[in-house]
Amino acid sequence: MSRLSDANVALAKDIIRRYPRPKSALIPLLHLAQEQEGWVSDEAMAHLGELVGVTAAEVRGTCTFYEMFKLHPVGKYMVNICTNIACQLLGGEELLHHAEQTLGIRAGGTTNDGLFTIEDVECIAACTEAPCIQVNYRFGLRLTHDDFDDIIAALRAGNTPEKLITANPGEVIPSHGTLGLSRQVMTEVQTTHIVAPEQVTEAPVWLATSSKDS
Amino acid sequence: MATGQYVPHAPGYVDSPGEKIVTSRFVYDDSYTLERYEATGGYEGFKAALQKAPDDVHSITRDATLLGRGGAGFPAGIKWGFCPDDVWPRYLVVNGDESEPGTYKDRLLMELDPHQLIEGCLIACYAIGLTQCFLYVRGEMAVAQQRIADALNEAYAKGYIGQNVLGTDFSVDIVLHWGAGAYIVGEETALIESLEGNRGMPRLKPPFFPAAVGLYGQPTIVNNVETLSNLPWLMNNGADKYKEFGSETSPGTRMFAVSGQVKRPGVYEVEQGVTTYEDLIYGNDYCQGMLDGRELKMFVPGGGSAPWLFPEHVKLPLEARPVGAAGTMLGSGAIVIMDDTTDAVKACLRIVRFFARESCGKCAPCREGTSWEEKILQRILDGHGRPGDLDLLLDIGDNISPGPYPVAGFEAEGLEPVPFPPRQTTICPLGPSSVAPITSALRRFRHEFEAKIAAANETSVEVIA
Repeated sequence: MSRLSDANVALAKDIIRRYPRPKSALIPLLHLAQEQEGWVSDEAMAHLGELVGVTAAEVRGTCTFYEMFKLHPVGKYMVNICTNIACQLLGGEELLHHAEQTLGIRAGGTTNDGLFTIEDVECIAACTEAPCIQVNYRFGLRLTHDDFDDIIAALRAGNTPEKLITANPGEVIPSHGTLGLSRQVMTEVQTTHIVAPEQVTEAPVWLATSSKDS
Repeated sequence: MATGQYVPHAPGYVDSPGEKIVTSRFVYDDSYTLERYEATGGYEGFKAALQKAPDDVHSITRDATLLGRGGAGFPAGIKWGFCPDDVWPRYLVVNGDESEPGTYKDRLLMELDPHQLIEGCLIACYAIGLTQCFLYVRGEMAVAQQRIADALNEAYAKGYIGQNVLGTDFSVDIVLHWGAGAYIVGEETALIESLEGNRGMPRLKPPFFPAAVGLYGQPTIVNNVETLSNLPWLMNNGADKYKEFGSETSPGTRMFAVSGQVKRPGVYEVEQGVTTYEDLIYGNDYCQGMLDGRELKMFVPGGGSAPWLFPEHVKLPLEARPVGAAGTMLGSGAIVIMDDTTDAVKACLRIVRFFARESCGKCAPCREGTSWEEKILQRILDGHGRPGDLDLLLDIGDNISPGPYPVAGFEAEGLEPVPFPPRQTTICPLGPSSVAPITSALRRFRHEFEAKIAAANETSVEVIA
């Protein structure tokens, strides 16, 4: 719907400086756009193209390869239910079916109130804790159908569900688009020596000195 | 320190007896903080490395035979040596895009001990002259990203990363990068494409491997999270001590995620080559046997890409060579246990569906073949199987991976086993991986497929013209 805000443009420029070539920042920047809007719009992609110096079509080319980027609005909470082999063995498909029944939507759909989108996803790396889900990429492990209902009820009430694991205890579950709640910080001074590869022609100084010694 | 216990603040990890090289801090509920890390010997390995010449640090890694933990099991020290002598700069890319079905060890290492990984990166960069490191974390792992971001900020503030680290002439930058949901990006050349801001499609290799021509065409070392996490311990204790654990060809420990129908599934760090599948599945310190007293039917020995193993194989040691000789692979250390209530067709379909969904679309045999495989298996499962379907499945598989496919269980039929890896008509191993569950299931449980097809054809309604 819109281009990046001024604050996010500043952040985007910070991120671009960390890479020897600007296009490398594209995936983090697409996440930033998704963080701002909850999805990635055409305008956002065009804006990112301007920022890293590629066409809007190239941005779209990258964006459409990756499943996490949504090209249309989705729910405030993305509920990803794993049905891959380890979860399938312990009730992942039944949990997905329960979620579909409870929320009244099929996998891929969004509830009418715009709160929940559910997806039938591939392995999310919590196989010993099957069946598992992620809500905006926060884990819920070994869930019963009642646990699932509790999570949905807590989110509807605006609370952090007890069954979801956050980096620090009791942290809020941010809206869809925000991943980690903290960012790596690199100052302009710290990034001054990150340059395009063609600007570097010599071995780093500590290797050069050590070979002289030996 | 309790052993054999579930660790509540590290859901999934189960502490077990024996030396812990990479999971030693998981028993602390503040394992991810710099405070805990420094109080338990953190950054000492890096400081020890800085006292040595870079070549010596490289030699220790080579001498320890530190095998890559991502799946292929290539020795890290040898890989490091493949960088051409006079091409600069060189980069390090950390592969934290873990998404092989059944696998999770890197996520725990990133969430629970991010400083250990950072220290490993620093040691690798110092040893082979890498000036910038990109820590590529899987997009879906929000907690890992947050913990690593915090850890990097702390490490920069403490002077472990940056210019003239700890007063030496060593300078390095580590940048947190994260993906957006694509399994194939775990393949090292696809990872590099993705890091360049492109669609994550693998590059053709040989001739150019990333160590020679990688990120931006520069020499690039791509190492797995668990591989790098071994380095701090290795620098503190030396290669000889490292080789006291594990077997001769696979020294050290490995993390195994054992999931599926067992009593106590979990991620265990065990010695390679010494422990067997049987120990893990039935041992009291490990999974404690099958769920509800049922019988083992088959198991995935090393991630969704690995051909299945069967009950007669449980005595195989957890070591790359014997498992490879048996016709499968230790892969990413993901073991999925299936009991006798499991429908072989359904399990096979679910793994094939994964590869069909995750095929990047670059090579036709995989792009077309994996979705045909999925459709055929789906119709067999749904009761619409056709008489020629099993031959068709094998034919499609042969198109992706020509010739005999490695499948354990040949011995029982008096045949020579076909060792891993399979041949491929594709750039990367994703397509051939989709053939593994099909050939495994068909060799052992063909009757289950045939019964479903026969039932489908008995109940067909005659069409009245």
